[in-house]
Amino acid sequence: MIQVEHLTKWYGSNQAVKDLSFEIGDKGVYGFLGPNGAGKSTTLNMLTGCLSPTEGKITVGGFDILEEPKKAKKRIGYLPEQPPVYMQESPWEYLHFVGEAKGLRGEELETQVSDALAKTGTEDVKHKRIGALSKGYRQRVGIAQALLGDPQVVILDEPTVGLDPIQILDIRNLIRELGRDRCVIFSSHILSEVQTVCDSVLMIARGRLVAFDTPENLEKQLRSAQQIRLTARAGEEKLREIVQTVAGSSVLSASADADGYTSLTLSGSGGYGLTEKVFGAFARANVPLAELRIARADLEDVFLELAETPEQAPEKTAEKEEEA
Amino acid sequence: MKAVFKHELRQYFDSMTAYVFGAFLLLFIGIGSMLYNLQSAVSNFEFVLNFASIVFVVIVPVLTMRTLSEERKQKTDQLLYALPISTTQVILGKYAALLLVFLIPLCFVALYPLLFAQFGEVYLPTAYGSLFAFFLLGAALIAVGVFLSSLTDNQGLAAGLGIGALLLNYYSVSLSEYVSSTAVGSLVTFAVLIVCLGLIIRALTRNDMLSIAVGLVLLAALIGVYALDGTALEGLLPDIMKTLSLFSRFSVFVNGVFDLTGVVYFLSVTVFFLFLAVQSMEKRRYN
Repeated sequence: MIQVEHLTKWYGSNQAVKDLSFEIGDKGVYGFLGPNGAGKSTTLNMLTGCLSPTEGKITVGGFDILEEPKKAKKRIGYLPEQPPVYMQESPWEYLHFVGEAKGLRGEELETQVSDALAKTGTEDVKHKRIGALSKGYRQRVGIAQALLGDPQVVILDEPTVGLDPIQILDIRNLIRELGRDRCVIFSSHILSEVQTVCDSVLMIARGRLVAFDTPENLEKQLRSAQQIRLTARAGEEKLREIVQTVAGSSVLSASADADGYTSLTLSGSGGYGLTEKVFGAFARANVPLAELRIARADLEDVFLELAETPEQAPEKTAEKEEEA
Repeated sequence: MKAVFKHELRQYFDSMTAYVFGAFLLLFIGIGSMLYNLQSAVSNFEFVLNFASIVFVVIVPVLTMRTLSEERKQKTDQLLYALPISTTQVILGKYAALLLVFLIPLCFVALYPLLFAQFGEVYLPTAYGSLFAFFLLGAALIAVGVFLSSLTDNQGLAAGLGIGALLLNYYSVSLSEYVSSTAVGSLVTFAVLIVCLGLIIRALTRNDMLSIAVGLVLLAALIGVYALDGTALEGLLPDIMKTLSLFSRFSVFVNGVFDLTGVVYFLSVTVFFLFLAVQSMEKRRYN
C-alpha cells in the first residue's frame, strides 16, 4: 500500500530522517516505534504529504504523494500529533467540513459522519464545542476525522497520548478492528502498547530504520543471547564453582542478598536446555536453588540494543517481512 | 474549495468577526452620508465612499488576521495539508468567504444612492462606478491581509503588519511629497531597498549565494542606470509611491472617471497577493 524509497529529510543542517526505505502491506496494524526525536512525526508527516522530503520517493496505493497528491491523499486518513480540530466548532460541524473536503456529499456524508462518531464513541458530545471537550475526546474527534472517506491507510501519530487507561483500551481495540480490513500505521514510544496491538513493528532511532519485523521475531532475536538469574543460599565462591561446571555459560554479575542468599546473573544460550543443566549442576552439588529463571527479553531490550547500535544494517529483518 | 468556503463562512458568522466588520463599514459609510448627503446636502454619494475608505485600514486587517495565522497556531494547517485539496483551493475558498463577508454590508450600501435619488438628483453612474471600485479596492486589500496572515502564527502581529502596510499605502501619496525627488535620493533609497530584498531572499531560502547574487546584480543595474542617465532616477521614488497607492487609484473613480487601468490594477494586486499567500503556505512544507 505504501512504498517508501530512500526517504531523507534535512532541517537546515540537521538530518532528521536518514535514507529510510520500507514497504507496507494492504492490511494489518503497523507500529512505528522510536524514542522522542527519532524522526517518527517527521516521517509520518512526509507520508501524508504535510511535509516535503529532501530526497526520496513515497507512493500510496501506487500514486506518488508529490506528483499526484489528490489521488494519494484520498487514500490516507491522518491524525497528526496534535489533533487538528477547530476549538469553536462542534464535532458534528467539524466532521461535516472534513468529510466535504474529502469529497463526500449528501447521504454518504451523513452516514460516514455518524459512523465515525459511533466508532470513536463521540456521539454523546457531538453538539458540544470541541474547545470544551477533554483531551481524550478531542483525540477521538481527531481519529473520527481520519476515518472519514473510508481511507485504505489510517495513520495515527501517538493516538493514545493523554488518554486515561479505559480510553487507551478503547483506542487500541479500535486500531485492531481497523487493521482487519485496512492498513493502520500508528506511532508510539510505549513499547507494551506496540507489543499488544501491532502485527509488525518498525523501529526507528536517530532517523534510521533499525528494525522491521513482528514483535515475536524481534523478541526471538534477543532470546538467543539470554540471561539467567538464580538465587541460592551459599557464598558467591561456592556458586561460581558450581556454575563453572556447566558448559556454555558465564557469570555476568553476583550480589549478596539477605539471610545468606546470593544471586547470580548468567549469560549463555540454549534456552530451557541451559537452565536444566544449571539445575542439574546445583542438584549434584546438593545446593538447593531458591530461584532460577530466564530473564525474558522483551521489546524494551530489543529496542535498547537496536537504538544503541544505529549503524547496524536493518535489511535482514526488512527482507524477512517482505517475504511473509 | 466549496468545503473550505462554507467552513470559513460559518466561522466568521459564528464568531463576531463578520458582524463587527459589517457594523464598522456601515457605521463609517453612514456617518459619511450623514455629513455629506444630509447635512451638507451634496448629492454625490462617491464622496461618502472616499471618506469611508480609511476605515479599511483598520477593519480589513482585523477581518483577515486570523485567516491563516490561526490555522498555524492551532496546528489545523496540518489537516489542510493532509486533505485531498490543493493549497490554491484552500486559499481561494478562504478568500471567497472573506469577499462574501465584505459584500453583504455593501449590498445595503448599494441601496443608499437609490434612496437619495427619491429625494433629489443623484448622478447614479458615478455613484455605482465608485461603489464598484470601492469593492475592488477592499478586495485587493483583503488579499494583502490574507498574505500577511500567512507570514506568522500570531494574529496580533498579522493585524499590526496589516494596519501598518495599509496606513502606509493610504498616506503614500501625501508622503511622496516629502521624500527626496533628486536622483541621488532615489539612488540611496533603491540601494537600501535592494539590500532589504537580499535579506528577505536569504531569510526565505537560507541561500547566501543566491541572495548575494541577486543583490549584486540589482545594485550593479541601479548604479549602471545612474551612471548612464542620472536624470532617469529623478523623481522616480515619489512617482513609484504614487503609482503603487491603491487608495489614490480609487480616488480616480470618485472624481467621476471609470478607470479601466485602475480595475486591472486592483485585480492584479489581488491575484498577486493571493499567489504569494499560496507560495507562503507551500513553502512551509519545505521547512
